[in-house]
Amino acid sequence: MISCADAVRELWNYLDGLVGEAERAAVEEHLSVCRRCCGELEFAEELRGFLARNADEELPPDVHARLAATIDELEGR
Amino acid sequence: MTMDGARTEQTDLADAARRRFRELVEPELPRLYRLARRLVGEDAEDAVQDCLLNAYRKLGQLEHDAAAPAWLTRILVNCCGDRHRRRTRQPLEVAVEDVEQFSLYRKLADEDPFPYSDSLHLDFLQRFGREDVQAVLTTLPEHYRAPLLLVYVDGFLAKEAALMLKAPLGTILARLHRGRKLFERQLWEYAEANDMLREPVR
Repeated sequence: MISCADAVRELWNYLDGLVGEAERAAVEEHLSVCRRCCGELEFAEELRGFLARNADEELPPDVHARLAATIDELEGR
Repeated sequence: MTMDGARTEQTDLADAARRRFRELVEPELPRLYRLARRLVGEDAEDAVQDCLLNAYRKLGQLEHDAAAPAWLTRILVNCCGDRHRRRTRQPLEVAVEDVEQFSLYRKLADEDPFPYSDSLHLDFLQRFGREDVQAVLTTLPEHYRAPLLLVYVDGFLAKEAALMLKAPLGTILARLHRGRKLFERQLWEYAEANDMLREPVR
């Protein structure tokens, strides 16, 4: 069975569906017996959501207005 | 007569293309701006303006409307790269060696900064506001930051990110891996430096 270090190295790729059939099976076998790596997996999922949520940012209305004006100008050419 | 007809047809096509431009681009503006903010900070608006000009010029190259989000993103990433290269300001140097061994999960379990917490790992993340995360992302070198944002924030596939960043897929996968680990480690270091590792006030 693969070690925790190997399992952890593959976890994000596992979540992203980027591992092959053999690696997937190896990660799943490890997860079935290792509670700590299950915690790692849950946390990796949490971190992905955390990154996506916190990178969000509103487009300020004045910036939007200036960008829309550029589109108007380009269309008017 | 024939020539006039051809010219009218061409003008009609050009008009249609211009109308199409607005329809394709306007819904993407919030996302493009957000990505640009994360890539070039205060230059974001200028980068999106550059992107609009380039996209308009190259509109003929867009084959299907459905490809517009990825196509615009590719142009924007290029514009951000140009702005980045023109400015000398680089993110703070971060040490990237050994980062592949770093696990924020294990670090938190080992250091146990909030010993009375039942949900140590979530408590840690909850202490970060949006500005804190932005500050952490800013410390990552651009070639790690861009793939992370494209894949984990904008939801593109790694192979789409590879096309946008003009790098082989293997390189992008390696950068994603290191980028994630760097992000984890920089979160920890930011928390340490900003006194965020104390028991939450209840």
